[in-house]
Amino acid sequence: MARSETGGLVSAVAVFVFFAITAGGKGFLSQTGTSDWINTSSQLGIVALPVGLLMIAGEFDLSVGAVVGATSIIVAMCHGYYSLSPWVGITIAIVVGAGIGLLNGVITVSTRLPSFVVTLAMMLMVDGASIGVANALTGASSISAIPTGSSRVIFASSWDSFDVSIIWWAALAVLGTYLLEKTQFGNWVSATGGSARAARLAGVPTSRVKIVLFVASSLGAVLVGIIETLSFSNGNVTLGADYVFTAIAAAVIGGVLLSGGYGSMLGTVFGSFTYGIASMGVFFLGWDADLTDLFVGLFLLLAVLANNLLRRMAVGRDAGVPS
Amino acid sequence: MELRSVSKHYAGVTAVDNVSLKLFAGEIMCLLGENGAGKSTLIKVLTGVEPPTAGQVVVGGQPVHFGSARDARRLGISTVYQEVGTLPLMSVGRNFVLGQEPKKGRWLARRLDLVEANRVAVHEMQELGIRRVVDGNQMVGTLSGGERQALAIARAVHFGARVLVLDEPTAALGVRESGLVLQLLMRVRQKNVAVLLITHNAYHAVAVGDRFVVMRRGQVIAEFSKGTETLPAVIRLMAGGDELSELAGLTGEGQWQVS
Ligand SMILES: Nc1ncnc2c1ncn2[C@@H]1O[C@H](COP(=O)(O)OP(=O)(O)O)[C@@H](O)[C@H]1O
Ligand SMILES: [Mg+2]
Repeated sequence: MARSETGGLVSAVAVFVFFAITAGGKGFLSQTGTSDWINTSSQLGIVALPVGLLMIAGEFDLSVGAVVGATSIIVAMCHGYYSLSPWVGITIAIVVGAGIGLLNGVITVSTRLPSFVVTLAMMLMVDGASIGVANALTGASSISAIPTGSSRVIFASSWDSFDVSIIWWAALAVLGTYLLEKTQFGNWVSATGGSARAARLAGVPTSRVKIVLFVASSLGAVLVGIIETLSFSNGNVTLGADYVFTAIAAAVIGGVLLSGGYGSMLGTVFGSFTYGIASMGVFFLGWDADLTDLFVGLFLLLAVLANNLLRRMAVGRDAGVPS
Repeated sequence: MELRSVSKHYAGVTAVDNVSLKLFAGEIMCLLGENGAGKSTLIKVLTGVEPPTAGQVVVGGQPVHFGSARDARRLGISTVYQEVGTLPLMSVGRNFVLGQEPKKGRWLARRLDLVEANRVAVHEMQELGIRRVVDGNQMVGTLSGGERQALAIARAVHFGARVLVLDEPTAALGVRESGLVLQLLMRVRQKNVAVLLITHNAYHAVAVGDRFVVMRRGQVIAEFSKGTETLPAVIRLMAGGDELSELAGLTGEGQWQVS
């Protein structure tokens, strides 16, 4: 049977071959080029993994980009502006991020509004609050922060231009795969997204499952916010804006169903690679960066079509997916 | 278990009116009635989904108050719903153990025992006569409608159902698939489970039932045992008149004698 990540693998290989041919002579295949697309993939990948899990459980999180920005400004403000230990800002960012995820989850399960709307509202509120607070306290929405000590090693070190974010990403992918495929919680995640009603009838605490995953998705965004701020030595409210849809795109390209209930972490990894390869390939070709979206959009469209086809192969013609 | 003089009113509507009912282990009780007769409402009371407006639910001689369907399930009262029992995009094994997953390992390594899940699922379905399902990794979406019902029923029985309630299990199935489910119910009966089969299909009911209750407009209008009523009589009772049986030309008795 075709596995859910096959489409993601095919996408990643296809964009890689395309840019290896067209941009190979312009540095895409060099060590810098290679580390560039892997680093880019890893940053998106850290956001996309928990977003993918949440989507498998049938919910969306559009607030991840805003959480990356909020984290960035918190970390930079505490460290760069108030000269506190980086760990103070990191701790505050984790607490704030977890709180935002908790709110997303509790509001979604208690109001039964679509999480798409709840997290869109959250995105706007968090964006607004971040800019407001940063401007009020520091007079700027972009603050420099040069990492020091242990926080630098953990979040901002690199080897031969390969960033430590790759290790974080790999570790989270292994953890996510283990959770989804090998634990009771993973069974509950798939069931919750497949049919929340059927899952509840079987005794699965679907609300708790969703809330936990909303918190996880926020914390993924916090981690990337910390990593990017300390690696660029700069905090910026708009840092995560790209992740709003690219994280969902990465999950879908990797075989996660938009309707929930099915998907894999390995697929989401391939989806993130697709994005990282396309964005760096476009860069090395010297094209306008906006052309990246052309590729990602194309693969997203193909992925949705392929996912529907795979699902139909997997479950047969007549098997509807109850909501 | 039994229901004693149970009534259920919804704003302005009396859905169930003073109904008493007894279920016995190893027996299939059929609850018959046309659409809107109050069958679904009655089983909602029985399975803890809704509290009765009046009357008592009695389990093992003791009156009980269910706060939720989970309370009822804890006492071994399980319901199999027609459309929402199983997850098409998950495997047979994963579906089977959902909510009661077997685990192995300790501490952080404590994880799903998928081998055991698949083994139990396939074994229990084979036991109920579903021979075609041999691989627990098979996606439930690839099963037929009857096999999916079988999975839901096998799961309920395996996890300790003493009373199994099925609301219209054959309504969406073809003739052969319905036969499969009915045969399976007879196997469940052999396991000493009390089965309550809700249906408006008199043919299916008389094929497997031991006792029958016919409801109309919220009330029990007839109660009888296997072999005491003819099929046309049952259909007439359900319809509440002779119109339907005349339409169907089922006036001759005898050849429809229920055995
Ligand atoms: N939640 C409810 N609110 C109001 N009326 C209801 C509700 N549920 C059922 N009823 C009414 O109760 C009657 C019996 O319905 P139901 O138990 O579903 O019948 P059956 O399952 O035999 O078709 C119908 O008239 C129906 O409209
Ligand atoms: Mg009904």
